[in-house]
Amino acid sequence: MSFEMIVPKEKYDVAIVGSGAGGGMAAKILSEAGLSVAVLEAGGFYDPAQEEYRTQLRWPWESPRRGANTVRPFGDFDAAWGGWEIDGEPYLRKNGTSFDWFRSRMLGGRTNHWGRISLRFGPKDFKRKSIDGLGEDWPIGYEDVKPYYDRVDKLVGVFGTNEGLEDDPDGYFLPPPKPRLHELYLKHAAESVGVPVIPSRLSVLTRRVNEERGACFYCNQCNRACNVYADFSSGTCLVQPAMKRGNVDLFTNAMVREVLTDSDGLAAGVVYINTKDLQEHRIQARVVVLGASACETARLLLNSKSVAHPNGLANGSGVVGRYLHDSTGSDRMAILPALFNRERYNEDGVGGMHVYTPWWLDNNKMDFPRGYHLEYWGGMGMPLYGTGSGMESLRQHIRDEFGNSSPNGGFGIGLKKDIRTMYGSTVGISGRGECIARYDNYCEIDPNVVDKFGIPVLRFNYTWSEHELKQAQHMHDTFEEILTAMGGILVGEKPGADQEYGLHAPGRIIHEVGTTRMGNDPATSALNKYSQAHECKNLFVVDAGSFVSQADKNPTWTIMALSWRTSDFIVEQMRQGNL
Amino acid sequence: MDRREHLKLLLAGGVGAGLFLATGCSEEDRRQSEEILRDTGYGYGRADYEEEHDRKLFSETFFTETEFEMVKVLADIIIPADEESGSATDAGVPDFIEFMMKDYPPFQLVTRGGLMWLNNQCNSRFGKTFLGCNEAERLEMIELIAWPDRAEPDMQYGVRFFNRMRDLVATGFFTSRMGVDYLGYQGNRPGFWNGVPEEVLAKHGFEYDQKTQDESIKEEDRYRIAEWDDDMNPI
Repeated sequence: MSFEMIVPKEKYDVAIVGSGAGGGMAAKILSEAGLSVAVLEAGGFYDPAQEEYRTQLRWPWESPRRGANTVRPFGDFDAAWGGWEIDGEPYLRKNGTSFDWFRSRMLGGRTNHWGRISLRFGPKDFKRKSIDGLGEDWPIGYEDVKPYYDRVDKLVGVFGTNEGLEDDPDGYFLPPPKPRLHELYLKHAAESVGVPVIPSRLSVLTRRVNEERGACFYCNQCNRACNVYADFSSGTCLVQPAMKRGNVDLFTNAMVREVLTDSDGLAAGVVYINTKDLQEHRIQARVVVLGASACETARLLLNSKSVAHPNGLANGSGVVGRYLHDSTGSDRMAILPALFNRERYNEDGVGGMHVYTPWWLDNNKMDFPRGYHLEYWGGMGMPLYGTGSGMESLRQHIRDEFGNSSPNGGFGIGLKKDIRTMYGSTVGISGRGECIARYDNYCEIDPNVVDKFGIPVLRFNYTWSEHELKQAQHMHDTFEEILTAMGGILVGEKPGADQEYGLHAPGRIIHEVGTTRMGNDPATSALNKYSQAHECKNLFVVDAGSFVSQADKNPTWTIMALSWRTSDFIVEQMRQGNL
Repeated sequence: MDRREHLKLLLAGGVGAGLFLATGCSEEDRRQSEEILRDTGYGYGRADYEEEHDRKLFSETFFTETEFEMVKVLADIIIPADEESGSATDAGVPDFIEFMMKDYPPFQLVTRGGLMWLNNQCNSRFGKTFLGCNEAERLEMIELIAWPDRAEPDMQYGVRFFNRMRDLVATGFFTSRMGVDYLGYQGNRPGFWNGVPEEVLAKHGFEYDQKTQDESIKEEDRYRIAEWDDDMNPI
């Protein structure tokens, strides 16, 4: 699909940087209010309904690498264009610490491939400092965000069940799919050791929510982005519908390098580089909204220095880039002999787990603050690169009718049959938890390095604290307890302190938040409670940069609820003549 | 169809998209298009930079003819034909391994070196290369490196090489059309998930409790636009 060059308007009401969950929602709400909107996306146009972009319902042999992750980090059919490393767009790390930064350069950003886990933050999640003294409270509470969560549920669609849980609030859910076989084993085992399991909450349309989007047809491939828009992606569900209704100009391949400010220090628009012809362009706007992703937004602000904002835009406090935090994450796998030689049927289901475990314990009784939730995986999925491998150590777990163990390794018809026997018998659990936001975990502008567009790049400083390490240690105890109760054979060793209890490197869970946090005190926060910059009233942030703390929940639903809330505020302020 | 028509079709839909049936193309057309697909990397939702990358890999050859013959022999030792399916080479696995050598360069030295190590061993034992050996001699050699738990310490080079070959051959076979059929994977087709089949549930000692049955999606509701009552329950 070729896109005609758009002739920009002389001045837009709003320029939005980024087309992911936050930018997409703002584009929809602001344009529907009658405002003229420019959306700037650093990557290309993408629409999974168009044949040239479609990876859904492809077979493994259609990829010459059989779906291996040598090109796309989550495999050859995954929807993300980009990854942890992008050619010509480097970033650095400081002090021997690690942080891995995932970027999707495409319309819809990372919402094209995400796991669709859609969790509201609960009342406690906004007030953690009041509970455990760590981090900071949000300047808003659940009651401020609830009306917007309700609207997002109805507009975007999420399945789940109302369980009446205090910190995992009820919502307007679509009916969930029934558990798969391995999920029944896991549920049974988890409940036997006191770990509750409930239907998961994913933004996948088990029922339709409007005429524009289809219903799920159960191919298990949400990460490939959906042909009939039965899962949520910002491009398909927010940006494109907004464009159809009018008032939205989408600029793709537009890498914004600076927010322009006028002599009063107010935002005047943005400067971007067309990544195809490397020419510079300007977009003038009355209001600038940043939804570039937490770290990209921080980078943009820090790179937007002016006389009025010598420390970077909206950064008089020096907190831009600070309080960066990603979810904790660790995993364990087991083989379940009860599933050897299992009956074959189409078990694809939706693109993710059908059941999960929200945080269920009382931190007053634990040696670490903040919780984690459990995600479950397994089943007879599509064979992709890696299927059938590892038999040099896994084959011993197969026993014949006399109880004799197969030898590890080998070759021939016996090997072939054993691989078939083992297919669909591996299950696993992932823990995803809350990291405490700390001033000392941050990104900042590197003083020496620019990317291929000549824009100074970020460098990261990030360490896990004792809190996260203890939490991960607890996760592994839980994994073993459940997997063993299930009758599973644990694969691999339980990671110890020397391996940071199996914690993935910061950034790997792709839930980074907090770099432009909101607050009532301009000395310790970049944004007010409407995500409006304290020091620049016509500048707003609608990505997860505004988060004060991340909760043990995936951030996307909160990004969209807050973006909607901020958009309503912008419309109201414009009506009142304040912007 | 000429090459251009094939490419047009591939770019429009790809060989897996059912377009061949829709456009009335023959089995021969399909075969030719699959060849072109292999030659170009077209046809499964590639971005421009990816298409370019794949085309470059397809234009290069890693294995020498002799090496490629060895890979074929090893592939069929690891996954032979049986009464239910063809062998690894029948499933096109050697071509996949050739591709992976270029797609993941760290494979190159260890695979090339491993093949040479195998020849060195055969030369020492039998006075001929691996391909020069007869079937019994080849298997005698493979037996020494195929079983990691009982291999001699000086065979570890071979064990590591053979582990990698086993992984590549197995994954190549089980992700081929033939291997997926052999495995019995039933998915990747639009449908409705109504839970585990009852007889399977019973065999594993499970049932869906009443709460689960009541709250789960029912097939007849899936196309009805969602609505909720005042208590946030779907109606």
